Amino acid sequence: MNGNESTHSAHIIPLSVYLTIASILLFLTFVTVWVASINFGAYNLVIAMFIAAVKASLVALFFMHLKYDNKVYMIILLISIIFLAIFITFTMLDTLQRGAIYDQKAGQIRESATMYDTVNADSALVGDSANIVDSTSMSGK
Amino acid sequence: MSNAEGHPTHLAHHFSTTEQQKDSAKIGMWLFLLTEVLLFGGLFCAYAIFRAWYPDLFHNAHSFLDTGLGATNTVVLITSSLTMALAIRAMQLGNKNATIWNLVATLGLAGTFLVIKYIEYSHKFHLGQLPGKYYTFTGVEGGNPHIFFSIYFMMTGLHGIHVIAGMITIGWMLYRTTKNHFSAEYYTPIEMTGLYWHLVDLIWIFLFPLFYLIG
Repeated sequence: MNGNESTHSAHIIPLSVYLTIASILLFLTFVTVWVASINFGAYNLVIAMFIAAVKASLVALFFMHLKYDNKVYMIILLISIIFLAIFITFTMLDTLQRGAIYDQKAGQIRESATMYDTVNADSALVGDSANIVDSTSMSGK
Repeated sequence: MSNAEGHPTHLAHHFSTTEQQKDSAKIGMWLFLLTEVLLFGGLFCAYAIFRAWYPDLFHNAHSFLDTGLGATNTVVLITSSLTMALAIRAMQLGNKNATIWNLVATLGLAGTFLVIKYIEYSHKFHLGQLPGKYYTFTGVEGGNPHIFFSIYFMMTGLHGIHVIAGMITIGWMLYRTTKNHFSAEYYTPIEMTGLYWHLVDLIWIFLFPLFYLIG
């Protein structure tokens, strides 16, 4: 060994931090299952995603060392999340608002599911499941 | 251990310090994880579209997933993330035996996850809750139930492939640890494996509520 060897060693996180974070993660798992059994309507999804985001942040900050590491790595992760958010937001704006421009009718995607061969006979499932984009109008016919 | 030029043997000749070599590896790994987020991102986007189009279907179909098994798998994966982090910490302290046992525990928990996933999958195969045109189950209220199971199998399936890839990498790290390839000065491959494994955990943290806990 000589002077080339780095003198400052890596940050070693105390065992108690790892165990605390893991306990919080397990507790939040319990919370998210419990809270899903209560009906908050549309807010159930918001609450579930918020808890998942908190859990993901804890994993990234402590297990993946982002809290202690060079912030470049955190920026890389945030970039991926920002672009994912842009991707999903703009796609949803398109698919949910297109009805304001084009005439759309509810319908079912009939192709390639063998269940419809059996179900169509008694026509139990045909018809009015609302807010479904018709596959034919999607293809621009 | 040093070679003739005074470099430690783990230090490639095109790096001047261990620190520089480690930072390069980490940048590369995080850029790879970025592409992984975007890979799953396409499926998350597909999920968002189909859930927005068929909210009732998602509500009805998700009751055919076993929340108990899903929650158990969440606990299993979080615990495996803990043992993975502890394996790295042990090697930072130069404790080879603790690293080995924590890696073995991580492998065991990953295997447990796959066994539970196999139980879930085989039950759905049996009922005919299969993706796309292979769907034959008739017990779900509302139209297009195969959409839900298509997106379910694609997302959990891609995640499962990542679990298998993680297990192979962890097994490789286990082998290299037993061969004394790592030390408190050099454990970058285990750390990179850990980052990958934590990402697999991260993805599942979102998949679990999106499929098993639809209100």
